[in-house]
Amino acid sequence: MILHPAILALSIGSILISLMLILSAYFGLLILKKWDLKSGSEVQLSLERKTYLISTVMAYAFSFQVLSFFLFIYTADHLSPLFSGAMCAAGTLNVNRWGYPTFLLKMINFLFAGLWLIINYTDNRAYDYPLIKWKYGLLLFAVPLILAETIIQTSYFLGLHPDIITSCCGALFTPEKQGITSSLIALPRLPLEVLLYLGAGLSIGEGVVFYWKGKGGWLFTFTNGATLIVAALALISFICLYIYELPTHHCPFCILQSEYRYIGYPIYMTFLGSGVSGIGVGALMKARSIESLKEIAPRIQKRLVIFSLLCLTIFLIISGYQMAFSNLKMVF
Amino acid sequence: MIQLQNIKKVFHMGKPNEFVAIDGIDLSISSHQITVFKGPSGSGKTTLLSLIGSMARPTAGRIFLFDREITSLPERFLTEVRRKTFGFIFQQFNLIKGLTAIENVMTPAYPSGEKRGSLAKRAYELLNLFGMAQKASVRVDWLSGGETQRVTIARALINHPSIIIADEPTAHLDTKLSIEFMDIMGKLNQEGKTILIASHDPMIHESPLVHRVIEMRDGKIIRN
Amino acid sequence: MTWIEKQRNILDYTLSSLFRRKGKNLALIGVYTCIVFFLASVMFFTYALKREAALILKDAPEMMVQRLLAGRHDLIPLDYGEMIQKIRGVESVKGRLWGYYFDPTNGANYTLMVNEKHFDSGSVIIGKGIEKNLPGDQFGTLPLKAQDGSYLFLKIKSTLSSDSELVSSDLILISETDFKKIFAIPEGYVTDLTVRVRNPKELTTIATKITQLLPDTRPILRDEILRTYDASFNWRGGLLLIILLGSILAFVILAWEKASGLSMEEKREIGILKAIGWETSDILLMKFWEGTVVSLSSFLLGVILAYLHIFFSSSVMFEPVLKGWAVLYPKFRLTPFIDFYQVVALLFLTVVPYTIATLIPSWRTATIDPDMVMRG
Ligand SMILES: Nc1ncnc2c1ncn2[C@@H]1O[C@H](COP(=O)(O)OP(=O)(O)OP(=O)(O)O)[C@@H](O)[C@H]1O
Ligand SMILES: [Mg+2]
Repeated sequence: MILHPAILALSIGSILISLMLILSAYFGLLILKKWDLKSGSEVQLSLERKTYLISTVMAYAFSFQVLSFFLFIYTADHLSPLFSGAMCAAGTLNVNRWGYPTFLLKMINFLFAGLWLIINYTDNRAYDYPLIKWKYGLLLFAVPLILAETIIQTSYFLGLHPDIITSCCGALFTPEKQGITSSLIALPRLPLEVLLYLGAGLSIGEGVVFYWKGKGGWLFTFTNGATLIVAALALISFICLYIYELPTHHCPFCILQSEYRYIGYPIYMTFLGSGVSGIGVGALMKARSIESLKEIAPRIQKRLVIFSLLCLTIFLIISGYQMAFSNLKMVF
Repeated sequence: MIQLQNIKKVFHMGKPNEFVAIDGIDLSISSHQITVFKGPSGSGKTTLLSLIGSMARPTAGRIFLFDREITSLPERFLTEVRRKTFGFIFQQFNLIKGLTAIENVMTPAYPSGEKRGSLAKRAYELLNLFGMAQKASVRVDWLSGGETQRVTIARALINHPSIIIADEPTAHLDTKLSIEFMDIMGKLNQEGKTILIASHDPMIHESPLVHRVIEMRDGKIIRN
Repeated sequence: MTWIEKQRNILDYTLSSLFRRKGKNLALIGVYTCIVFFLASVMFFTYALKREAALILKDAPEMMVQRLLAGRHDLIPLDYGEMIQKIRGVESVKGRLWGYYFDPTNGANYTLMVNEKHFDSGSVIIGKGIEKNLPGDQFGTLPLKAQDGSYLFLKIKSTLSSDSELVSSDLILISETDFKKIFAIPEGYVTDLTVRVRNPKELTTIATKITQLLPDTRPILRDEILRTYDASFNWRGGLLLIILLGSILAFVILAWEKASGLSMEEKREIGILKAIGWETSDILLMKFWEGTVVSLSSFLLGVILAYLHIFFSSSVMFEPVLKGWAVLYPKFRLTPFIDFYQVVALLFLTVVPYTIATLIPSWRTATIDPDMVMRG
């Protein structure tokens, strides 16, 4: 283990948050079992009080998730000089087998925590807790994932020994090798680009339709999600080439470095922001048919659609700008 | 406008020290009246007022406020109802020590997100109404009993409540101040406020301003 | 808009409530500031040292070759240099002469280094630290005791100025003749060799060739030194951080206790707020602002104090601990340097535990029954 302040901060933060989440999950379980809004019993009163604790814990956990995601990649980037062969986060994450799983789980848990807060926000606006079972079901599902993240992250940090020889973006993200990443990178550019703009166009169209007509929420969620996946592929397959102005450098992490004006951060933020609010739209479709949320849910969904499209648009503008004003010119 | 149906409040239910404070009360209170609850100590007056004022929830039964059931509302909404509908005057005054009179009057309105400027103006007008304008920026710790009482009333009125709940309001006041208090209540009643008072004080029971006296014993209504 | 106004109102109330309980809150802020101060000092110090090391090594040659005798660094013959020069890919080989000199009058260690360029024998250039150590009556000369017991009185030409005081502070630049006289170095020998290569990618191959050709030598690559430095600084700094984590833990317990041990009066205040129309989440919001104000003010204060401590008071508290290898080292000043990333890491390290420690107590406070205030 490397005793770096950021590593200590991340580990301690994750462990503490996990402890709070275990407590929340336990309370969530109690709520699922014993909740009875009609009753004025003391049990019910104490359960209702516990919902405040859980909401607060989740809000803190989500904020921590967002900040720790960026702190984590920045740290990986920062530590790369310690490992032979590592030039950026890609190499540091590759030092042992827990690096990339931690990274992925951080993104997934970001989505879950965000989704939970969206549902919680909606539920709290109704006078009869209509989403309570659903909400705490989701909580019981998400907490183990966050615990897994803590454990895997800890294993990752424990397995970081200076001097380990690793391979970095140059080797990991090349089309020459065999493997998933290589085949992703080798994806043909033209179809991908067409798909990206088609997906973005469709998302915007569906978003607008949903905004005015209130129809096709799930469709929007799926199109938006698919577009984002295409966007991620496009990022490593060709967009980042323009950022690096190198025809062969496909790394999704170097864009976070100061040489590239930290352009990766807004890219990641808009990507995640669009994702979580897009999923939120679909997740709230069910709530529209609930009596006490009939008016509230659509209003929240509209806001989510706008936010999601806004993020997507910024994402496209940033990447389009990078491509248009790059010194790299590619013919294909 | 306020309706109670078979309301029960049991403390420590199912435990050896179980105690039934309110034992099945049916009651309907009409608007624009001054209603007084009387009865011996421990008869459940305070408990009943806190149930009506949506500060606590009944163990059983239903409460309607303006024809809307509030019994099983989540705490969030219950608080909103409380903030918008009720103004409270407590026996111990319960002002916040260390704050000035005007800050105390403003405090109940903070969560509603009103601009501080307009809020301060309204609080000042209320204090002025009760002749407390020149004491607005005095810390409440230094105020006399009567002045404290008037700040308390001003605070109860800041959110434009339609119902005022007062629990033993005259317990710490002398006769002159008690009369003054009832005069103020009478005025507020004329402006259209509904007023609920719990008290032992015969001066309140016998006041000509009171429309209705309800007598309680052991958590039940014995005379209406 | 009402959302912002609400935050402002509640923040206002929180501030006034913090002021009303000055004693309790100042004690907490004081302890919090101390914790941040120590952690930040450790971090600034290690990072500054690391940066100094990087500055030194920036101009260092890509490769150094030393001779080993019985596992220890020994003088290397210049013939070795000629042999290395013949390896394909080697651009140039130079010999260096340097060593340490113990000054018994000051009890200090100096680094002597031969610099041919601007020297005639009989004069030296010295670092700031040595200049400070000199007694006033030397009239611009530096006496150095040679191996045979005689003294050399060398004229001080000038003092060094450099980016990094850490290196230059104890440095004496000297001519080859004087150096050899002081340490009695035989002709044809140097301390070590520096090698420049044409293509940096071939460094490792050339290093292997050197060890094959001259088995009693050890090539050292600059990148390797950098990495070792980095690792060792991280390790030492981290070790201290671990010790300090104990203090964080103690602080967290204190914060927990402070947050849960509410006086009757504070409880009553919360009860009143709830009774007159504040909701549980409003109280939680107030507690959130309270935590934010306390953490941020302590954090800023602690960081500023640490900055002053490390860069303007020569890190009085840590020198013996962290520098380790040179207790008798002349005083030096670290170059002020602050990295936003370090500060963020520190913010995480202190604010997250504090926030979580106060979470449950705040929630307990916020869920006080409002009807409690209706009873005596
Ligand atoms: N939280 C509680 N736990 C247990 N018992 C309680 C609680 N609150 C009130 N009680 C009991 O309920 C009964 C009714 O109390 P309440 O305060 O309503 O009486 P009251 O009529 O207002 O009396 P007083 O005239 O003295 O103010 C009392 O016997 C009291 O001890
Ligand atoms: Mg009472």
